[in-house]
Amino acid sequence: MSDAIIQFVDVVKSFGTQRILDRVNFSIPTGKTTVIAGGSGQGKSVTLKLILGLLKAESGKILVDGVDITGVGRKEMNRMRTYFGVLFQGAALLDSLSVFDNVALPLVERTSLAGSEIRERVLGTLDQLGLAGSEDKFPAQLSGGMKKRVGLARALQLQPKIMLFDEPTTGLDPEKSMEIYQLFHRTQQQFGYTSVIVSHDIPKIFNLADQVVILNRGKVNAFASPEDIPRSEDPDIKEFVKKTMGDVYLSREMEYAP
Amino acid sequence: MLYQAIERLGNSALYQTRDLGRMGRYLLLSLLGVFKRPFRFNELLRQIRLIGAHSFVVIFFTGAFTGMVLGLQGYYTLRKFGADGVLGSAVALSLIRELGPVLTALMVTGRAGSAMCAELGIMRNSEQIDALECMSVDPFRYLITPKFLATLIAVPLLTLIFNVVGIYGGYLAGVILLDGNPGAYFVSMEHSVVNKDINLGIIKSFVFGLLIVWICTGRGYFVHKIRNAGFGAEAVSKVTTQAVVMTSIAILVWDYLLTAMLL
Repeated sequence: MSDAIIQFVDVVKSFGTQRILDRVNFSIPTGKTTVIAGGSGQGKSVTLKLILGLLKAESGKILVDGVDITGVGRKEMNRMRTYFGVLFQGAALLDSLSVFDNVALPLVERTSLAGSEIRERVLGTLDQLGLAGSEDKFPAQLSGGMKKRVGLARALQLQPKIMLFDEPTTGLDPEKSMEIYQLFHRTQQQFGYTSVIVSHDIPKIFNLADQVVILNRGKVNAFASPEDIPRSEDPDIKEFVKKTMGDVYLSREMEYAP
Repeated sequence: MLYQAIERLGNSALYQTRDLGRMGRYLLLSLLGVFKRPFRFNELLRQIRLIGAHSFVVIFFTGAFTGMVLGLQGYYTLRKFGADGVLGSAVALSLIRELGPVLTALMVTGRAGSAMCAELGIMRNSEQIDALECMSVDPFRYLITPKFLATLIAVPLLTLIFNVVGIYGGYLAGVILLDGNPGAYFVSMEHSVVNKDINLGIIKSFVFGLLIVWICTGRGYFVHKIRNAGFGAEAVSKVTTQAVVMTSIAILVWDYLLTAMLL
């Protein structure tokens, strides 16, 4: 696939005797939103960490913009990581820094921008994400939804080509989850990044998806669109649909029809 | 049965070897962080304040009472031999060569070492260290190196404070409270304490500082890789306890080795 920004080729990853990914192949198209779904312990977060180079694959290739990151050194990996923005499950804000300092961190550490310019950019992003006036607060003083927005603001500072979201709505109520999804949609329109979302918020998360990758027992099933999932003949996928979407689920149009 | 025992032994040996290699590499990367730019000078000052200045009170009291006990015990023991005039020398040599570096290091381990270990363990568990790596921010340069430098600066300084306070503590107990000879206390000290004693104490305090920051921050940083530590808060708690125990033992072992090598 020539327009794929990330490609997994025969990737194998195990922990001890447990094989999490078994010769996995799939591609993530540029500029689109790919949702990685699957049950607990099926390797969703492991897949994200492999993309980020935080874990090493035992064999196979992971191509990011054509570069196989499984064979690169620390320095090259650091360069590759500038492609990514990451929103972690718990937002992973640095506890000892204020909201402003958290969001400014990538700019302070990775650019030579002047302090005034950094301030302007950070306050601008906070304003865009509905966080104006929160810059002096500390992570412990924020709600779950606010933490996610601060995490998103921080991840967007270096204008990444690829945004990775790890269970972005875990711990949020349905209203806040919807707000976060709308925020993803809006920022993706604005910044044009490729989005990879690991989530178990099914079927809601499929509203955002252009492509869905389902991980199950170390194998991958990729679907060009969420509507294709219930039509799958694979017994494992049928079981997955039944468990996560319910028997009556046919399409996202039906699910969200007024 | 025998096969399983051999397998367990082999697994344990492999784990220990990997752990040692990981900690060795960790030490190297932490020290190399000094040469990476931008250097976080403000963070270094903040760490010196946290590790050094905030330990001042505990070091002051430990030093004072250690010196007072030495003065008290020394006075009664030396008096039996009519040698109470050398009390100052006995107190000063005990403090400068042994008790100052060792007790300072043990107190800093309990106060600042455990805090550094828990802080890094929590940062690891809440993916804050992963987040730094994902932003291409070197966690060694950003988090660890300032702690290394601050500990290497603070521990020798705290040791010197401990020694001075201890010497005056000994004076208070042995001279003022027990009516010893004030002139002899300081004169005997001046005659017996030589540069070699002071150098030995300073070398020890540097080595102990390195052991504290290496073991305590290293265990916290690798909290997710430590066998049988469990997960989450339990892992941080277990690993912090383990780090304090390991550091304390390492300090006592290295105290003997350094004394044997440099005496």
